[in-house]
Amino acid sequence: MRRLVLALLLACAWGAAGPARAQAPSADGGEIYRQICQACHMQGGTGAIGAGRVPALAHNARLAVAAYPATIVAQGHGGMPWFSDILSPAQIASVVNYVRTHFGNHYQDALDAQTVEAMLGPKKVDDH
Amino acid sequence: MTTGQTAFTRRDMLRAIGLIAGAGAMYQAMTALGHAAESQFTGAPDLSGAPRGAKVVVLGAGLAGLLAAYELERAGYAVQVLEYQNRPGGRNWTLRGGDTYTELGGATQTVRFAPGNYLNPGPWRISHHHRAILHYCRAFNVRLEPFIQFNNNAFVHSTHAFGGRPQRYREVAADFHGNVASLLATAVNTGGLDHAVTQEDRERLLEALKGWGALDDSLAYRKGLPVSGHRGYARPPGAGADGAPLPSDLLPFHDVLDPVVWKSMTFFTSYDMQPTMFQPVGGMDMIGKAFASRLSHQITLNAKVTGIAQDENGVTVRWADTRSAEMHETKADWCVCTLPLSILSQIDIQVSAAKKAAISAVPYASHAKIGLEFRRRFWEEDEAIYGGISFTDQEIALVSYPNDNFHAAGPAVLLGAFALGRGGYDLAGMTPEERIEAALKQGEKIHPQYRKEFLSGASVAWSRVPWMLGCRARWSEADRAAHYQNLVSMEGRIVLAGDHASYMAGWQEGALLSSLDAIRQLHHRATAV
Ligand SMILES: Cc1cc2nc3c(=O)[nH]c(=O)nc-3n(C[C@H](O)[C@H](O)[C@H](O)COP(=O)(O)OP(=O)(O)OC[C@H]3O[C@@H](n4cnc5c(N)ncnc54)[C@H](O)[C@@H]3O)c2cc1C
Ligand code: HEC
Repeated sequence: MRRLVLALLLACAWGAAGPARAQAPSADGGEIYRQICQACHMQGGTGAIGAGRVPALAHNARLAVAAYPATIVAQGHGGMPWFSDILSPAQIASVVNYVRTHFGNHYQDALDAQTVEAMLGPKKVDDH
Repeated sequence: MTTGQTAFTRRDMLRAIGLIAGAGAMYQAMTALGHAAESQFTGAPDLSGAPRGAKVVVLGAGLAGLLAAYELERAGYAVQVLEYQNRPGGRNWTLRGGDTYTELGGATQTVRFAPGNYLNPGPWRISHHHRAILHYCRAFNVRLEPFIQFNNNAFVHSTHAFGGRPQRYREVAADFHGNVASLLATAVNTGGLDHAVTQEDRERLLEALKGWGALDDSLAYRKGLPVSGHRGYARPPGAGADGAPLPSDLLPFHDVLDPVVWKSMTFFTSYDMQPTMFQPVGGMDMIGKAFASRLSHQITLNAKVTGIAQDENGVTVRWADTRSAEMHETKADWCVCTLPLSILSQIDIQVSAAKKAAISAVPYASHAKIGLEFRRRFWEEDEAIYGGISFTDQEIALVSYPNDNFHAAGPAVLLGAFALGRGGYDLAGMTPEERIEAALKQGEKIHPQYRKEFLSGASVAWSRVPWMLGCRARWSEADRAAHYQNLVSMEGRIVLAGDHASYMAGWQEGALLSSLDAIRQLHHRATAV
């Protein structure tokens, strides 16, 4: 519990308020995509290119093995943040299932929360 | 000391320590002498004895790159800066009327603010203990004015408390202190703290709680004129027959415990946020412009770096001209690379596996800012709010009022959102038009004048900034332990810099301190060969 309070405090070095407890976000993969992933991967999962690149999730053969996107979402990599701090294993499973069955992807083997739990890796907390 | 010989001053001594033992030791010595405990800035770097003709390529023209270029050039190095954008300054950036901005995905906004009005989409405030950036502001004559961080008369707003109505900061803060003081005083008086506090200190504590919390003689926090002397009045003191003040009602304690209240209070007293804070007059980009004007021949714009290679003889940087797509190569003896890690992690760079792991370990936060221009300064005219910040638990997180040109007639711009975390992602996923609508819808809960007075708005969602893909590095404790030293140490001919390579990610001071450390390392190597 103490850890949790500390984590919440540390995560907002720049701000005081913001949507603290308000949003117990949806369990719906599509909604999670819209509220979080779309910030970078764009509507329709098209990705985008500037000085750097956000990969397209649409028609992405790298999503074939569910463990890959699930690990990336849980632990992050490069410019892709980790989400194990704000998404539960069930939510990670649901958003991964969503991107693997939309945007031209047709991977029908669904992930469940327990499987994601095993991929979370060490919990990360922002240090300021 | 013999006459005629100048005294060996503290300054001389620090300089000597700095030369012999390096900046770290100098900093420790300064602290011991009672100086500078606030910043690790030890003054402009001493880079004397630069090898003639040695060439340095600097990647990125944010403040870290600009500082490196400026100081290295001054020291005698030949410098070339490569920058992706068509402007120098990096995140040190200001949007004004007529500016256009295209985000990832192609949405383009043309800012329609009136002349003189602006939005700082990134950095907007500078602490009094950010000595490095203040040093360069002074040196370059960048005029500063107060950034009114803390305003007792601004609002605190929660959708879960006070019936959703905004409250003045002074009222919630006074009621928070008063209630807590009264509870604690009761605990002292009923023996609840006897085990922890001596008899003498219990008396002193009661005295303090009474004064601090504006408690009455029974140690209660009660409606009355003494309390109104802190939280404000139902009718403030005036003159004439009705001049006498009337006390205000207290807020329900349950609501006063809403997290927005204590989080606001904590925010204003945190080390990074304590007044005095500053902003450059006319926009934050005055600082980047001041550096850039001293480097007019050194900066190559529209240059997208795509590869960084090195061997014993030098560094080769590959880059594309973003207008013609033509590929170029720049060769140099040394390289200062200030590209954000979100982007550097996608670039082919010839460094060790450990450094590559460090570069890939640190993602960025995704905050979003929205500037709103209104016909008039209703927050000043109607609500007596002059600068400062109102916090809310909605996604916009805050409303921050202009700190300049008080009482000016005509349109003014306020910051209508600084969305962090989940709110930042949500706003970033919207179109620019949807973001403005969200800012209006949430902001009018605090200021009902919003719709009537609104003119135009502009938004920057940092995860969609093409040259950043985020807003500031997010270090975790574990990643610090595993990767930080590998990130900041010079490797061969390449050294990294930027606010990500500091303990102050998200502050320009961190970018400058990191850059100073990087060029000291570089100079040390260059003069050792
Ligand atoms: C929303 C927000 C609020 C902030 N608030 C504050 C504040 O109040 N006070 C404060 O002091 N700091 C604040 N900061 C932090 C501050 O902006 C940074 O610490 C500082 O500007 C970083 O400078 P830099 O040189 O390290 O990086 P940058 O300024 O990001 O410079 C990096 C440069 O590299 C360029 N680049 C990227 N990719 C390539 C490529 N492939 N090829 C060539 N060039 C490339 C970029 O265009 C950019 O110009 C804030 C930042 C944000 C985003
Ligand atoms: C802040 C921007 C950002 C957000 C938000 C974001 N991503 Fe990413 N994502 C990236 C970047 C950048 C990469 C590329 C990382 C790299 O270079 O290794 C990436 C990579 C990925 C990959 C790997 C793709 C591949 O082809 O290898 C997947 C899968 C992914 N993201 C899914 C998601 C999901 C699902 C969400 C929402 C929960 C999400 N991302 C949110 C920026 C983001």
